[in-house]
Amino acid sequence: MTRVNVTVDGVLCSDDVEPRTLLVHYLREVVGKVGTVVGCDTSNCGACTVHLDGRSVKSCNVLAVQADGHEVTTIEGIAPYGELHPMQQAFHDNHALQCGYCTPGMIMQAIDVLQETPNPTEEQIRLGLEGNLCRCTGYHNIVKAVAACASSMSEPAAATQGSEA
Amino acid sequence: MTAVDDRPALEVGSARKRKEDQRLITGRTKWTDNITLPGMLHLVMVRSPFAHATITNVDTSAATASPGVVAVLTGADVKDAQGSLPCAWPITADQKAPDHPSIAVDRVAFAGEIVAVVVARSVVAARDAAELVDVDYDELPPALDLRKAAADETLAHPGLGTNKSAFWQFDSETAGTGLGVDAAIDAARTDGIVIEREYRQQRLIPAFMEPRSVVCDPTGEQTTIWSATQVPHFVRIFTAAVLGIPESKVRVIAPDVGGGFGGKLQYTPEENITTLVATRLGRPCKWTETRSESLLSAHHGRDQWQKLTLAATAEGKVTGLKVDLLADMGAYLGLVTPGVPILGAFMFNAIYKFPAYQFNCTNIFTNKTWTDAYRGAGRPEATYAIERLMDELAVEVGVDPMTIREMNWITHEEFPFTSVCGLEYDSGNYEAATELAKEMFDYDGLRAEQRRRRDSGDTVQLGLGISTFTEMCGLAPSRVLGSLSYAAGGWEHASVRMLPTGKVEVVTGSSAHGQGHETAWSQIIADRLGVPFEDVEVLHGDTQVAAKGLDTYGSRSLVVGGEALIKAADKVIEKAKPIAAHMLEASVDDIEFKDGTFTVRGTDNGKAMAEVVWATFSGHDLPDGTEPSLDSDATYDPVNFSFPHGTHLCAVEVDTETGKVELRSYVSVDDIGTIVNPLIVEGQVHGGIVQGIAQALWEEAVHDESGTLVSGSFVDYTLPTSADTISLRTANTVSPSTTNTLGTKGVGEAGCIASTPAVVNAIVDAVRHLGVNDIQMPCTPERVWKAIQSAGSHSGAVTEEAQPHFAEGALNQDPSAGATDGAGQ
Repeated sequence: MTRVNVTVDGVLCSDDVEPRTLLVHYLREVVGKVGTVVGCDTSNCGACTVHLDGRSVKSCNVLAVQADGHEVTTIEGIAPYGELHPMQQAFHDNHALQCGYCTPGMIMQAIDVLQETPNPTEEQIRLGLEGNLCRCTGYHNIVKAVAACASSMSEPAAATQGSEA
Repeated sequence: MTAVDDRPALEVGSARKRKEDQRLITGRTKWTDNITLPGMLHLVMVRSPFAHATITNVDTSAATASPGVVAVLTGADVKDAQGSLPCAWPITADQKAPDHPSIAVDRVAFAGEIVAVVVARSVVAARDAAELVDVDYDELPPALDLRKAAADETLAHPGLGTNKSAFWQFDSETAGTGLGVDAAIDAARTDGIVIEREYRQQRLIPAFMEPRSVVCDPTGEQTTIWSATQVPHFVRIFTAAVLGIPESKVRVIAPDVGGGFGGKLQYTPEENITTLVATRLGRPCKWTETRSESLLSAHHGRDQWQKLTLAATAEGKVTGLKVDLLADMGAYLGLVTPGVPILGAFMFNAIYKFPAYQFNCTNIFTNKTWTDAYRGAGRPEATYAIERLMDELAVEVGVDPMTIREMNWITHEEFPFTSVCGLEYDSGNYEAATELAKEMFDYDGLRAEQRRRRDSGDTVQLGLGISTFTEMCGLAPSRVLGSLSYAAGGWEHASVRMLPTGKVEVVTGSSAHGQGHETAWSQIIADRLGVPFEDVEVLHGDTQVAAKGLDTYGSRSLVVGGEALIKAADKVIEKAKPIAAHMLEASVDDIEFKDGTFTVRGTDNGKAMAEVVWATFSGHDLPDGTEPSLDSDATYDPVNFSFPHGTHLCAVEVDTETGKVELRSYVSVDDIGTIVNPLIVEGQVHGGIVQGIAQALWEEAVHDESGTLVSGSFVDYTLPTSADTISLRTANTVSPSTTNTLGTKGVGEAGCIASTPAVVNAIVDAVRHLGVNDIQMPCTPERVWKAIQSAGSHSGAVTEEAQPHFAEGALNQDPSAGATDGAGQ
């Protein structure tokens, strides 16, 4: 067993894990963050996507020990006070989910896509989400939601910048 | 403005955002694998690597001694207790089927079959120990190729003496619903057109995103089972039937379920084993599959060879269709395995007026994972065949493929129309859907572009594909299911409970797994009872709460379960009327109910539903003899199937030098009758279309020559990604169903049924001038390229065989047409 200290959704977690433990299993089974799910065993589906120090990772592709000393944000950590994250709101508004299994990972990846590319084209959104599989929506409404979120986030941001200038 | 003022005049038809989203977008969802119970043990299955083998020895000693291991059980350990897994649809009285053990006892019949189960304190311990189970096999020759298996060259189950499970026929002449097909074909051979084709429906994997998971908690006499299933009520019945536990002692809960697409319409070996082990050990147990395990052992879908003979007049009027199917059952018969092709039996005639029709289906065993329901189940296969054939007929006649459809389809004045299969299509308007689709698609403009690019010898060719489909869904009238030898009925149940505070609880036997029942059912009840949308709570998926139900599959929830709901709500109103009359001091005959208020006809005197509910709850002053409850149940058995239809148009660009296919545009106009929630409907159509496109372009379960599934992970079983797909343009026409109150038709499978032939027709259309008339799915660049090459070189006997009716000198006979050396063209 190896001791890891990982800040998960703002809480410092200090736990002993087997060195082979994947971050996703640590999150689900030790920390209890079952909002993050496992959809495959070949790192194709992206259902387990979380943020590690603010950037998206597939948590099945990271060992828990690699997260030692780092900060992990899961789907459960982006709306801590009950108010939805704009991306969560956009998914709801645009019916970008059906069964919802891919949704946590898809939202975490979509947030990352917009961090990287605040005003993406449809193609940039599609390429940015390529590593996250969805079987229900045909991606149409997911792409729409991300585009809508980008618009809604860029407007107030632009206004803020304007007032600061 | 208050929230009330923002309400739509009617909830039905409004694009309500979904109630179920909140928990799904915040990670507060209850998936089965999230459940942890004190003292819970974990199961890992040991599976056969061989497709067909005798088990000669299983050594569990090392596994049993591994840390944390509680038990290791083999087939021999459970053979007297595990029962045989059920098939609820024996299609013929003489159907042959092997016993279906959950854990193989002495022989395995497909790679992935369970040979032992390891039970341990943690998943990791169980997985480690599973590696230590030492199984000795004597390999047997596997029956893998469907056509060879049909010839009984190698037997999948030597004990059965044949691979043929059953033969099933529908003949319109025998049934008295049409003429004889052989006469029609003979006549067409003389002075008409006969199209003979053989199409392959490749094997697919449902690939729901949530891997299957089961938790069983044996608490004394009661056994509670949570399962990622579409069919909790079926699981309850079969747990009782297979394991001999009284049904009344079994509670099955389908918590949030992450998709199904038919793939979770099953009573699985793993459910059976988990319950068996949990009750045997007296401990809660959980089994969750890995994705590779899921692809390997959860049931597959499709897998048919379709031999088709279409007879038509020289002008292109179809006179008869004969269908000969070989359907691959895989190694065992699951819940509805043999019936899946039969669900397509009545759909090959589609939207057309065929005077003669015959359907022959032979169900064949092979040593592969068993097949069963997958989105559309039988109807995508049928739709694919006929929509491909109609394009072929158009080529023969020399007209646009839309023209040939118009010549043959049922016109809107002809509804209700009794098909050559004897089904009564209640309503539809193929002309209207087609007209709108063509306009949205710019059909004529794209045809013109196609001609330009043909003429200029563009190396990237444009192809247009049509699919004018209908399907039968809303499964199903019980008497029809009975006539098809299906074991159960097709009714659905609903309860409406009026709570004293004015809230309404709706209990439905439909078990949603992504469809949005909580939202749609709330909309229906809000309109029917005049209560706010937010005040309706929909309960489902727990046999202790929704005690009665037949669950969700076959696009049945709204058209069957929704109608049950309406009938239950109407009973609430009828029960409330005498109480309202008493409160209003009026005769019950004078009471009207509208917009949530009971009024005395011709007066302003009224009582709101909430007031009547409270008066009923308090019971202080009810008419003599009145039951103090408005709560009502209804069980509804549909009178007919539901027949949604639509026109789907697809444009693809095919690079003739590489075989690469790019989707350019996709338009669908679906007529699903009255729409309860356009947002949900659009989502169902999007997802369905992409699943159908995936069959056309990307997905196939591939086995190697020894029967190993080589597309056994998401690396090789290639689901579409966001980067592969395009935005879709969808619309609706509305021809309300005449067989239910709201006029709704099913939509869950429509997109998936329609889109596959639209895409393949488009691809073939793009390269037909090069001499290609078929490309086997999935139409990978390699296959498209090879088809172009073999057609162009005229080297393949296959191509000639596939085009037996092409006359010398007719279209597509120019040997140079297929040359693809680029610059020269």
